[in-house]
Amino acid sequence: MKKKKRLATASLAGCFGCHMSLLDMDERLLEVLEHVEFDRSPLMDFKGFRQRCDIGLIEGGCCNEDNVHVLRQFRENCDVLVAIGQCAIMGGLPVMRNAIMHADDPLRECLEEAYNESPRVLNPGNHIPNDPALPLLLDKVYTCSEVVHIDFQIPGCPPSGDTLYQVLMALATGKKPEFSYGMIKYD
Amino acid sequence: MSETLASTFTIQVDGQTVTVQAGQSIMEACDAAGIYIPRLCDCEGLVPQGSCRVCCVDINGRIQAACTQPAAPGQVIGNETPTLNAHRRTLVEMLFHEGNHLCPICEASGRCELQAMAYRLGITQASPYPYLQPVRPVDASHPDIALDNNRCILCGRCIRASRDIDQKHVFDYVGRGIHKRIGVSAARLAETDASLEDEAIARGTCPVGCILRKREGFDTPVGQRLFDRRPIDLDNAVQHHIPTQAVPAHIESDPP
Ligand code: SF4
Ligand code: SF4
Ligand code: SF4
Repeated sequence: MKKKKRLATASLAGCFGCHMSLLDMDERLLEVLEHVEFDRSPLMDFKGFRQRCDIGLIEGGCCNEDNVHVLRQFRENCDVLVAIGQCAIMGGLPVMRNAIMHADDPLRECLEEAYNESPRVLNPGNHIPNDPALPLLLDKVYTCSEVVHIDFQIPGCPPSGDTLYQVLMALATGKKPEFSYGMIKYD
Repeated sequence: MSETLASTFTIQVDGQTVTVQAGQSIMEACDAAGIYIPRLCDCEGLVPQGSCRVCCVDINGRIQAACTQPAAPGQVIGNETPTLNAHRRTLVEMLFHEGNHLCPICEASGRCELQAMAYRLGITQASPYPYLQPVRPVDASHPDIALDNNRCILCGRCIRASRDIDQKHVFDYVGRGIHKRIGVSAARLAETDASLEDEAIARGTCPVGCILRKREGFDTPVGQRLFDRRPIDLDNAVQHHIPTQAVPAHIESDPP
């Protein structure tokens, strides 16, 4: 039997929509699984790498220190690292907070806006979450390729199940993925 | 007879012979012949200004903007060449990196010419440029119109439509270099005489999601929008109807 490619996936500063889109391949997921086997992935619930992987898929950019840590682990452990979705590629919706990065204390301003100043927030103690278990936020949101080298990008928000299927099958069978017109979407 | 001969000549575009009426630009001659030259700032019915450079073509070995370059007898022109499309890709990537283009939340998505040009050129992979992530103002003061400068690509189509068709001069450039912006003719848009009837405010004049008509966003379902299924080309290019008295003499290009 032909050796299967090993695939790891992670969701960083994203909404998990890109992972949901992986499931949107529907029954073709079974076809993909004839060519790949999962390593670390929220779809499998392994928390760490079990062995070196051929393909790593990253959803979301980096908004906190844990995102950077995971992304670097993926770069170290995956031969081909693929950024999927606008969040991973250009920051996506989280990157909107970079609009205040030119302020004197951008992170404080961001947290104040989110937890205290917004008219729709009810937070009587004006408490900003700071439990030690929470990863520290970065000064701004970074795209994946600003943090590590990214080999390949699949745009979309999320990329459709069709697009993910075609690109994943190409990568799993050692072909260069091609994008036909309808496969390129930035939304 | 001799007049007809003198007023037409031919040029070669990607190996195809194109008949030109004297006085036409390369863009006009190609449009009339059904050959699409990619463009962002040029728009039929507006004075060409040659600023986006996406329409650059190779004319006898020199790269020049097709929208402002007059056609001349015997020109040999390259349009859809790998080199020119690589230049176009670079230009479009830089526009994406210079502003804030969050397509997932933009109501122009699917009908936006910048996005459509990126799709047409096949832009999927990371570019070498940093995202500048500028902080630009949003002006939602007008009851019917909003301006989100974060998406402006400075194509000047609103300026030309407002000046030459609406005769209102609502928009103009302010600032220089990287600080260049679109300004309005008052402190805020609400204090100008801009209205939904203006050509400058018509959907499609602004090629991106900067000039927005309020309460009209997201009216077309995803999958049915202009560029969802087919690339940007000649057939879906925006055309402006210009009342004859409003045509400035220098864009009167119809042959006599
Ligand atoms: S790209 Fe879109 S679908 Fe994917 S994580 Fe970001 S917001 Fe969610
Ligand atoms: S203006 Fe066009 S490119 Fe910019 S965010 Fe909107 S759809 Fe995307
Ligand atoms: S507001 Fe729109 S039409 Fe005007 S210059 Fe900017 S992108 Fe062009």
